[in-house]
Amino acid sequence: MNRKEAPVIIDAVDFKLNLKPYEYFTLDNGVPVYTIDAGAQEVVQIEWVFYAGNWNEEKRGLAGATNFMLKNGTTHRTAFQINEDFEYYGAYSNRACYNETATVTLHTLSKHLDKLLPVVNDMLTNATFPEEELEIFKQNSKQRLKVNLQKCEFVAGRLIDAYVYGEDHPYGKYTHLEDLDGLTTDLMRSFYKKYYLNGQCAIFVSGKLPSDIQQQLNEQFGKLSITKPSFKNTLIQPAPSEQKKYRIENDPKAVQGAIRLAAEFPNRHHADFKKVMVLNNIFGGFFGSRLMSNIREDKGYTYGIHSYIQNHIQQSAWLVSTEAGKDVCDATLEEIYKEMKTLREQPVDEEELSLVRNYMMGSILGDLDGPFQIMAKWKNIILNNLDEKYFYESVDAIRNTSAEELQALAQKYLQPENFYELIVY
Amino acid sequence: MIKFEKFTLDNGLRVLVHEDKSTPMAVVNVMYDVGARDEDPGKTGFAHLFEHLMFGGSINIPSYDEPLQVAGGENNAYTTNDLTNYYCQLPAENVETAFWLESDRMLSLAFSKKSLEVQRKVVSEEFKEHYINKPYGDVWHKLREVVYTSHPYRWMTIGKELKHVEDATLEDVKSFFHKHYTPSNAILVVAGNVELAQVKELAEKWFGPIPAGEKYRRNIPQEPPQTAPRFLEVKADVPLDALYKCWHIYPRVDDRYYTADLMADVLSGGGSSRLYQSLVKEQKLFSNIECYHMGSIDAGIMVIEGKLVKGIDIKLADEAVKKELQLLQEQGITTNELQKVKNKTESAMAFEDMSVMNRAQSLANYELLGDADLINSELGKYQAVTAADILEQSKIIFSENNCTTMYYRALN
Repeated sequence: MNRKEAPVIIDAVDFKLNLKPYEYFTLDNGVPVYTIDAGAQEVVQIEWVFYAGNWNEEKRGLAGATNFMLKNGTTHRTAFQINEDFEYYGAYSNRACYNETATVTLHTLSKHLDKLLPVVNDMLTNATFPEEELEIFKQNSKQRLKVNLQKCEFVAGRLIDAYVYGEDHPYGKYTHLEDLDGLTTDLMRSFYKKYYLNGQCAIFVSGKLPSDIQQQLNEQFGKLSITKPSFKNTLIQPAPSEQKKYRIENDPKAVQGAIRLAAEFPNRHHADFKKVMVLNNIFGGFFGSRLMSNIREDKGYTYGIHSYIQNHIQQSAWLVSTEAGKDVCDATLEEIYKEMKTLREQPVDEEELSLVRNYMMGSILGDLDGPFQIMAKWKNIILNNLDEKYFYESVDAIRNTSAEELQALAQKYLQPENFYELIVY
Repeated sequence: MIKFEKFTLDNGLRVLVHEDKSTPMAVVNVMYDVGARDEDPGKTGFAHLFEHLMFGGSINIPSYDEPLQVAGGENNAYTTNDLTNYYCQLPAENVETAFWLESDRMLSLAFSKKSLEVQRKVVSEEFKEHYINKPYGDVWHKLREVVYTSHPYRWMTIGKELKHVEDATLEDVKSFFHKHYTPSNAILVVAGNVELAQVKELAEKWFGPIPAGEKYRRNIPQEPPQTAPRFLEVKADVPLDALYKCWHIYPRVDDRYYTADLMADVLSGGGSSRLYQSLVKEQKLFSNIECYHMGSIDAGIMVIEGKLVKGIDIKLADEAVKKELQLLQEQGITTNELQKVKNKTESAMAFEDMSVMNRAQSLANYELLGDADLINSELGKYQAVTAADILEQSKIIFSENNCTTMYYRALN
């Protein structure tokens, strides 16, 4: 046996990747339901996606607060009773607010589903937004925000988005302490009425599903005044900042700086998108990337450095993000720009490119492990107004994008003058 | 029911195999029975630093990551106070690549000077990112040193101070490797789209020839029972006062561990739990509060921690927590509460078992505790806990003399 010699492998690019198709039906009110029935464990995950994100709010923080308070009291249940009803069965119900959408999720053992859907129905039809609950929410949110504002990385994450999209754009705005003071239960009730009671909704169901899932969902949600989504939002133009370079002092005792670079980038419908995913992997998208190999594994300036394309529907941005020792922040920036330059000037060699192709293929294969992961892929495709072609074309891009194409993309996008540059100390 | 097979190689390496034909992937998980508790008090943070060095090249293979990525694989590792775990996932057809890589670094590292130099810096940045450059980041450094007087849980996995990591030498690295990274000190779990016979053959081929080495016998000071309350106060530049309270509990394999685990859930397992409902929602003393335990292998600790509502006196908040505990000690819990936390445990286990990766790691964890079968029998141990057990343990665990309290006060 020769330990210096690697065992023979099958190239992951030769694997056939299949995205298990979803089942589809609509409720009586036209609301679409996408299901993936798979897995060995008797568990189910349901996600109600409403077009109730911060895109629609007239006041900063309103969409998020309304979404949060869905669980804090209905005409039938107090906040405590809602929690108790879920938790008694070992179930979790979460909610989350994003830019375009806001969601309610339920995770439960399949056998308890019939007892829990009525509770979700109650939240989606009878939420009351009690004054006292709002006061507690405001106070605790303000406290949490104050703690977060001490963290350089939190501050950096907010500011960089504001530079790219403008502070008034849904992708660029962020919550200020005084926004929370301005929230009222009246505002929340009218937001709820418009975007939940009479809102647009799609439902994503995955796991080991009971045979009467269609009937159960229709019974609880088919008669509501919600409608099927148009999957479109009004376009809001970004207002990017004029100034490109920023240094912000946030914490006089900081021993590290939070570094963020960001440049505008088109959405998933653009022809370059899938190929740039390959380029991004080479640049800073995984542990073996150039940024990681150089700045962490060779120089030791940071615990981690990553580049990524933001998962936004209308318009995106290409980001680089790291926390580096205060004394090596400038050196780190220099190396990041150096890596951009190398990608612009030299084609990626075959060995590295083949490694990245194999890694990405293996990673997708691993990602498709289990019904929740498969549904997560589908949900992203559906909410971005794409279809399964997107998945298969992405796989093709991994297999086939050439070194010349990657170099041309680097020349197009990885130009330092395109990037906002921020360090928060 | 999670099925698995187990066999042991002549050099002492334990191998567990869990077949799951529904996935195209294979998981290879190597757990070493060494953690921060095995460190010298003057060289803390070493087990974790060492974990980084395991990626700096082995005796025959200059890079661990690249060949794995070429085979379509992904990997990572973590270190705790108790153990060090390395795991990778790759297309099942290429599983032998993982055997090749993992066995070579169990055989011997390359002990590269450059790797040590760089990783010392990387770990220093990790230390800064998580424990210095964060509000409340130093809490556990301070608290552990008071809660534990003797046991090496006195220090955190990342190390007691940056200097210990900065001072690590190549000699330290070598002796740590020879002491702890032997086949008999490791557990190999292979899971996913694999066959038992195939794993047997590959394990013999790649791991079989590794010399057994000298068996490490753990001999670390155990923590003596605490006999009086302990208290510390810290002032720091943070926006809010925070309260921390800790009590010693039981080792992971003790039957009373399950009682303590469920008790923590009664107190803070979600929005309907006691502490949240009473102290956040009704009395409005805390903006958040939680109760959890560390889940460590040797006797661990139960913790209640919360951030106070601005303007509330921390002594008053502390009293309110004590009152909740007293209520538990006097009245116990209801049948409904007991059923709720058991249902939660059942559900959490089912969700956890969804991924092959989690099942592989659970098997390794249970085998390290002494019995991989626990993966199937542990739910029964939770089901057996009674309200009377919880009442009894609430009195023992939450006794004043077993408690350490920290007031972490905001400067302004």
